[in-house]
Amino acid sequence: MRLWPAIWAALAAAALALALWARLPAGWLWPPQAMHLPMAGWITAGMAWLTDTAAIGPVTFKDLTRGIAAVIEAPYDAARVLLVDGITEGKGRKATVLVPPLSWVAVTVAAVALGHYAKDLALGLLAGALMLYLAVFDQWDSAMVTLASIAIAVPLGVAGGLGLGIAAWRWRWVERVLSPVLDLMQTVPTFAYLVPVLVLFGFGPVSALLATVIYAMPPMVRVTLVALRAVPSEIVDFADMAGCTQTQRMRKVMLPVALPDLMVGVNQVIMLSLNMVIIASMIGAGGLGADVLASLRRLDIGGGIESGLAITALAIVLDRLGQALAAKAGGVRAAEGSWPRRHPRTVLVLAVILASGVLGLLVPAVQDWPKDWTVTTKPFWADLMEWINVKYYEQLEALRVWVLEHVMLPVKGFLLALPWPLVVGVATLAGWRLGGLRLAALAVALGLFLAATGLWEQAMITLYLCGVSVAIAMALGVPLGILAASSERAGKVIGTVVDTLQTLPSFVYLIPVVMLFRVGDFSAMIAVVLFALVPAVKYTAHGLRSVPEELVEAGVVSGATRWQILRKVRLPMAVPMILLGLNQTILLALSMLVITALVGTRDLGQEVYIALTKADVGRGLVAGLSVAAIAILADRLIGAAAKDAKARLEGGT
Amino acid sequence: MTRPVKLACRHVWKIYGPHPERLLGNAPTLEAIRASGHVGAVRDVSLAVGEGEIFVIMGLSGSGKSTLVRCLSRLVEPTGGEILYDGEDLLKASPARMIEIRRHHMGMVFQHFALLPHLTVLENVAFPLEVQGLARAAREARAREVIGLVGLQGREGHFPRQLSGGQQQRVGIARSLAVEPDLWFLDEPFSALDPLIRREMQEEFLRIQKQLKKTIVFITHDFDEAIRLADHIAIMKDGALVQVASPEELVLAPADDYVRAFTAHVSRAKVITLGRIATKGVPAGVAGTLPAEARVETVAEQVVTAGRPFAVEREGAVIGHVTPQAVIDVLIGRGT
Repeated sequence: MRLWPAIWAALAAAALALALWARLPAGWLWPPQAMHLPMAGWITAGMAWLTDTAAIGPVTFKDLTRGIAAVIEAPYDAARVLLVDGITEGKGRKATVLVPPLSWVAVTVAAVALGHYAKDLALGLLAGALMLYLAVFDQWDSAMVTLASIAIAVPLGVAGGLGLGIAAWRWRWVERVLSPVLDLMQTVPTFAYLVPVLVLFGFGPVSALLATVIYAMPPMVRVTLVALRAVPSEIVDFADMAGCTQTQRMRKVMLPVALPDLMVGVNQVIMLSLNMVIIASMIGAGGLGADVLASLRRLDIGGGIESGLAITALAIVLDRLGQALAAKAGGVRAAEGSWPRRHPRTVLVLAVILASGVLGLLVPAVQDWPKDWTVTTKPFWADLMEWINVKYYEQLEALRVWVLEHVMLPVKGFLLALPWPLVVGVATLAGWRLGGLRLAALAVALGLFLAATGLWEQAMITLYLCGVSVAIAMALGVPLGILAASSERAGKVIGTVVDTLQTLPSFVYLIPVVMLFRVGDFSAMIAVVLFALVPAVKYTAHGLRSVPEELVEAGVVSGATRWQILRKVRLPMAVPMILLGLNQTILLALSMLVITALVGTRDLGQEVYIALTKADVGRGLVAGLSVAAIAILADRLIGAAAKDAKARLEGGT
Repeated sequence: MTRPVKLACRHVWKIYGPHPERLLGNAPTLEAIRASGHVGAVRDVSLAVGEGEIFVIMGLSGSGKSTLVRCLSRLVEPTGGEILYDGEDLLKASPARMIEIRRHHMGMVFQHFALLPHLTVLENVAFPLEVQGLARAAREARAREVIGLVGLQGREGHFPRQLSGGQQQRVGIARSLAVEPDLWFLDEPFSALDPLIRREMQEEFLRIQKQLKKTIVFITHDFDEAIRLADHIAIMKDGALVQVASPEELVLAPADDYVRAFTAHVSRAKVITLGRIATKGVPAGVAGTLPAEARVETVAEQVVTAGRPFAVEREGAVIGHVTPQAVIDVLIGRGT
């Protein structure tokens, strides 16, 4: 037992010495040219073959992609007609509106009714107020474009995820095939999804929608599988004993019983769709995401913050409604009686839609929120930012420079000065120690993959940014989690803040950071910390709270002080949970890191971003897979450590 | 006591592990199964359940009783053996035939009730009929009938979570009876209930059985429950049967120390029947006639209070008499 700490200490000392003094021959510091495999070229060539020549009989691959695009386009167009465009005649500017889209009055009333149905009037009023906010602050049209995308992406993602999840539950081989694919899909950064979709489907809302669906589906597959497995075995037995056919068993027993769990997945699909629809503005999704992107590019401070707040409003509406619906699932059903009697809210909403539609023809203000009534906060935000920048420039700058010089740059220099065989070797040793031969083999394979991509330097920069951000996120998050767990009121406040942070699409985090610190590694680090903080807080609080009360009582009875109980009882028991939080923090940090390419980092994310702007599939996928490799390795290592810690606590195997 | 056999199984095995079929050929011992990395959940079980009887399978947790009952209903596919229902080998039945048998001939009650949380009491009870494709009006009429049988009238519109544990199991019982099965499996139906409710449900169960006379396979880990309810008890240990006997035989002649450990503390009066303590001939001046199957405990007060002997009859024929003294001997544990 004493041996291992010594070995790790020796390795660390050796690494430091190497980084500081050694002059390594070429090929030792970064993998030599000879090791590089032209993977990007292969992928690009494969993609070219797919788009140009691949065919199954008379159906070319292009026909296939066009077919898929058409299938998605039809419902998307319908949603746009409903929410954005209405039914029009003619094209472009000369188009005349025959039937207008849903008025702001109708959509707002529908939001209130849905909130009331899902939970109570308070939720309804919150949802309505936030919709009204979108109208008043002139974000309505963009928000409706985004909402139309989500309205189509969510059902597609849910249906696809449900289907795959059911198949994986029924047939073990499907699960065996799907499981590694899902692992990969959840670790490949969002941008990397966009590149192949862009190449196959072109620039436009349909591509964006497709990328959104693909991105949002994996959690639904997993939730479905878990939810079906969680159906008590007695209930499955009962379904068989009642003489259900396979279909009856699934439709009448399994799915209804699993519904509350499945709704958690639906909520996840909603939030991931929102996140991706914003990001997918890079490949042609319009709406709020496009507004943010344009503002970021123009450095339009006020516009960016306004669009960001609108996204926040939409995210809160969707999240709260989704959660309330999930909590309600499987609850008591509507009263008996005729259809209108059972669905009073639906009747009301339909009536409002009709009335506002007709009235809107006479009074335009009912149809579209009048421009004169809108409020713009752009100048306010711009002034505020300028004021901060003028008044606190020195302090902000001092902070930035200090952190860069004393924390970030030394870490960066250290990592970049390490010889690559040492890095791979340490990862392998850690894998062997924590998870045995299999994990060691995985570490070797992923390390060699990174070496063969020719992106070693970018990978090390990714590691450095991720490492610093995660360290800071944990240093802030764990104490916050402890605070949240120690008092009910603090828990409530922190919980609300953290929940709201979690609903925000990753894009939004870039806005304030860029405003305050301009572009560069420091801005990226702050954005990543903000984004990745949530799991550190949540898992710590959860781990501390779920320590068995008996153990705490045993501590109290032994005369331990509060501090002693925290340090000697709660924290040690919470270690496995905190490790899982660390794991999540790393995964979130990596996914955010790629997005911070927009504020000018030089890591793997930048590679993906460049590939995206050049529509270079090979380059984008290789860089994306490199991020996935780092993520998977971190996930497995920490997962193994958490399991180890847990086993030790439970005194088991 | 000779009933026609309704359900029988012969040499049924259920072995879990990497290659269970390889082990089967040479009747492996428990140690051989374990040594090869397998688990012998059910080992070479043969038994016969007579029509209209309550056949209790008793064993501690992990003894394989739950797996055995799932083999009998083929919820679990046995590794080997035969399961004969009215002479038909269920293991050879096609999936369609199995669905048919389960829809019309089998009912099952579960330890944790296995009610569908999204359906009302009425819909839960009607569910097996809905699966058969019966029209709503017909299935709900039948469901109301069985709900009445278990005494839950007025709760048809409740959801399972609004009911107590005992009430939930009444729903489970009603549901399993909705299809009028001939074969009724009960898998530890009362184990999850509080002792007082358990007692009440056992009486309720006996009342229903008196009325319906189903063929019952009843699983329990509670020896007292087994004694109270069973016509026959099969005691299981490590996946194999240790002894199959009537409660009376079990208590009077336990097969080994394992069975004796259960029977040692059972009051004799609970299991000994009048038939066993009756003496030949009928003296003059008997106080009345009692059935030979009646257990001493249930008639003791009547006999002792009367202070005179009672005639004992079996299947309509008088076989002898019991004296108050004989009853008292059993009660105080003398002579047996």
